Amino acid sequence: MKAYFDYAATTPIDPRVLRAMTPFLKKEFGNASSIHQLGQNARIAIDQAREKIAQFLNCQIQEIIFTGSATEANNLAIFGSTKRIIKDQPINPHIITTEIEHHSVLHPIEKLRTDGVKATFISPQKNGIVDPKDFKKALTKNTVLVSVIYANNEIGAIQPLKEIAGIINGFKQSQKSKFPVFHTDAVQAINYLDCDVKKLGVDLLTLSGHKICGPKGIGALFVKKDAPIEALIFGGGHEFGLRSGTENVPGIVGLGEAIEMIKGHKKDLNKIIDFRDRIIESLLKVRGAEISGGIENRLPNNINISFAGVEGESLLMALDQEGIFVSTGSACSSKDLKPSHVLQALGLSPNRAHGSLRITLGRYTTKKEVDYLLKKLPVIVEKIRAISPFKI
Amino acid sequence: MKKSNFYSKKVMENFRNPKNYGEIKNPDGVGKVGNIYCGDVMWLYLKVGKKQGGQDYIKDAKFQTYGCLAAVASSNVLAQSIKNKTIDQALKTDRQKIVRELDGLPPLKIHCSVLAADALYEAIYDYLLKNKKKIPDNLLKKHLAIEKEKKEIEKRYKGWTEMEKKSLKNEKNKF
Repeated sequence: MKAYFDYAATTPIDPRVLRAMTPFLKKEFGNASSIHQLGQNARIAIDQAREKIAQFLNCQIQEIIFTGSATEANNLAIFGSTKRIIKDQPINPHIITTEIEHHSVLHPIEKLRTDGVKATFISPQKNGIVDPKDFKKALTKNTVLVSVIYANNEIGAIQPLKEIAGIINGFKQSQKSKFPVFHTDAVQAINYLDCDVKKLGVDLLTLSGHKICGPKGIGALFVKKDAPIEALIFGGGHEFGLRSGTENVPGIVGLGEAIEMIKGHKKDLNKIIDFRDRIIESLLKVRGAEISGGIENRLPNNINISFAGVEGESLLMALDQEGIFVSTGSACSSKDLKPSHVLQALGLSPNRAHGSLRITLGRYTTKKEVDYLLKKLPVIVEKIRAISPFKI
Repeated sequence: MKKSNFYSKKVMENFRNPKNYGEIKNPDGVGKVGNIYCGDVMWLYLKVGKKQGGQDYIKDAKFQTYGCLAAVASSNVLAQSIKNKTIDQALKTDRQKIVRELDGLPPLKIHCSVLAADALYEAIYDYLLKNKKKIPDNLLKKHLAIEKEKKEIEKRYKGWTEMEKKSLKNEKNKF
């Protein structure tokens, strides 16, 4: 049997999404820049997808920029806005972000730091959530950008974006400044949380296709009208001049369809929450089990658990042998042999950070899969613990 | 056995069914290497016997490993391969031999075989030292290098290792 518990890594494509995309991989292969009929069909399809996303985010269609991935969207947000602001106003720029961002936010900021940009990394509290007050303290008149992940990919912690936006807006008004720009990486949040950009108060928002039962290779950045930003990729001036390159029509159509389907899947939410609670309750009975991050304000599909004395990658691989697919923050599975920066930021002990297992649920998770996981995992934990020198 | 493109069949077998794990009570030599910060900890226990000719040989070897699949597999083949060997023969085991016995390891996991070899050197060193036997220069050098690295890592991650001790103690109290 196969049981997939890695929805935060990626999701299978929804059949309806695939159906919507297929014509654009076949007969409707036109280039949206062509003025003939085939091109115009592609153009119409892109416009419709943009409309669906704009509706979902409660913004205007011109505020949606399609990119090749969420990583690209994050890069555009960070480099594009920083570059633009310092062009208009020569200052020594400063960026505020958190210690628990995705690498596609942290690494662009690290790159900017090597170019002389200052950065403040806000630490989360033990529950994985940042304190908005820390942002108030960190803001300076040189702060060009604040970037905060909406919901963390490893521990599902939901960040208080509205409160942070309130602080930033208050600061901007008091300084009569057009910046800092407020960006959020909402990749993991889209499926489960309110992403109304007006309510959230963000200027830039990143989303991705493949985390929401859409295709891979497509992302988007919401760019609020008049937000200072400039392009990183130049060419034919596509996407309102912010991202040149022939549009990925099937990808865009798929993303639009996937976004539109989210509201129809609210009933899945209860199912997912029930599964999550059952998994947590059951796994906490295993000796030495501990949940990483808080339970409150957590994505409904995320479980991050460790078992004292049991190493995460061994656990993952033993589960893999049984057809159960999960993820880990263990160092052994990373290229630099360091455990997840997110788990370290929570102040977890090495044993907990290396032992973490991330179980993420989704639309297609079944009771059968959950039963199978709960049957196998406790046995495997004890099997691996038997090999370990750390006994509890 | 399920297919794995990343690991050889041998690695997977040694991970799935390790035969040599556990603790030896009153061991003649113990090698404890690795660091919890790096996510790999390996303990190797030796029981030493005397052959008819009077030569020391490894009667039994068992390991306890906290680490990834490759670390467990490396420990297991190591323990297996040194059994019934004389001390001199066992000392010829190195990381290359461990990797060979596993039909290869991915480049990212070579450090697991290094750790296993280190565990062996430390266990034999411990045995020779305790029994006031002559320690070969080569082994002494290796021991000093391992000790040095251990100290450096402990220094670098002082806060973290202390947190670890506390955390495990708390766990023990709970159960």
